[in-house]
Parts: sequence; C-alpha cells; structure tokens
Amino acid sequence: MALASPHVTAAAVAAVEYPDLVRQYRVTGVPKTVINGRVEILGAVPEAAFVSQVVESVA
Amino acid sequence: MDARTPADLEAALADLAAPVKLLFFTRTFGCDTCGSARRIVDSIASLSDRVTVEEFNLVLDKDEVRDYGIRRAPAIAVVGEADTGIRFYGAPDGHELVSLIDAIALVASRDSGLSGESRARLAEVEQPIDIQVFVTPT
Repeated sequence: MALASPHVTAAAVAAVEYPDLVRQYRVTGVPKTVINGRVEILGAVPEAAFVSQVVESVA
Repeated sequence: MDARTPADLEAALADLAAPVKLLFFTRTFGCDTCGSARRIVDSIASLSDRVTVEEFNLVLDKDEVRDYGIRRAPAIAVVGEADTGIRFYGAPDGHELVSLIDAIALVASRDSGLSGESRARLAEVEQPIDIQVFVTPT
C-alpha cells in the first residue's frame, strides 16, 4: 500500500524489541495493525478487506 | 518462516529491475539489536549489486531522521528511485527477513502487486496514513 500511494507509510515493528509501543497499543497478539495510532486490526486480513479498513480510517 | 529456502530468497534478489537503497538507522548506546540488524542488512546487500546500504545515526543525523520520519533504532527505510514509505523497525530476522526481501523486490519492480480494485481505492487517499504492523520474528 505504501508503494501504491505517496500518502501511505507502512512499518513492520518487531514487537519484542519495542515493549513501549506494545504497551501503548495494547498488542497482545501478532500480527496487529495500528493505523494512524488509533484504528486497530487484529490478525491477518485478506487484501480487499485490509485496504478497505485502511482507506476508511481517514474517510 | 514460510516455505522458501535461503536459495529462494537469494534468487528473489538476483534479478532486481532497479537499484534499491536500504537506509539503516542505528544508535550508539542502548541498542541491543543494532549490531545484528546491520549484519543482516549487509548480508542482504552482499547478495545483489543493486542493493546498497547507507548508515545513519538516530541522534547525530537529524536531517535524515526527520526526512524519513524515523523514530527508533534499529530502523530500515527501503528506498527506490524515491522514498517508498516502507520501514522495518527492529532486527529483520526470521519471518521479517522474508518480508524485507519481498519489500526490496517490490520496490525494485515499482509494482505494489495489489489488485486493480485496491489500487483504485488507494488512489483516492489524500491524507497521510501511517500503518504500523506489529510482528514477531518467528
């Protein structure tokens, strides 16, 4: 998605190395996706549903 | 790890269509995994003459840290002709190594690999979207 839009940045965060972020975003399982620090998606999601949630997070 | 072997990963880097830079952000003190992360990045670069590594310091190189929006170390920014917005935080081992190599191949191809429908939806986006995916190495 970051490649498809100049407005999107995407980071993979190694949970074990950043316990402060794990606490901040209440990560209890992986993968967990956090969009703009507030919208949360748990688990792996099919592409179409994932893109929808990302786009709708700023709609 | 998925089913791909080290030879498969090497093959994925063998025929990159365009150069890719890995901007590696490190920190001198209090970074237990910066050393291992740098070794992993170097070993990836050794597999392709189209992959290069530039190192920056999270504290000292303020311009690059700001330009690439880096918040922590170790961090890797995957950069093609221009910045892609793709970042890896933490040492990219295990499954993350596969993800990083996939990201390098995608950036070199300049093709997100997404469906036409996904591309159309993302083309509508006009506000910044910051995606963080928390992962574990295995």
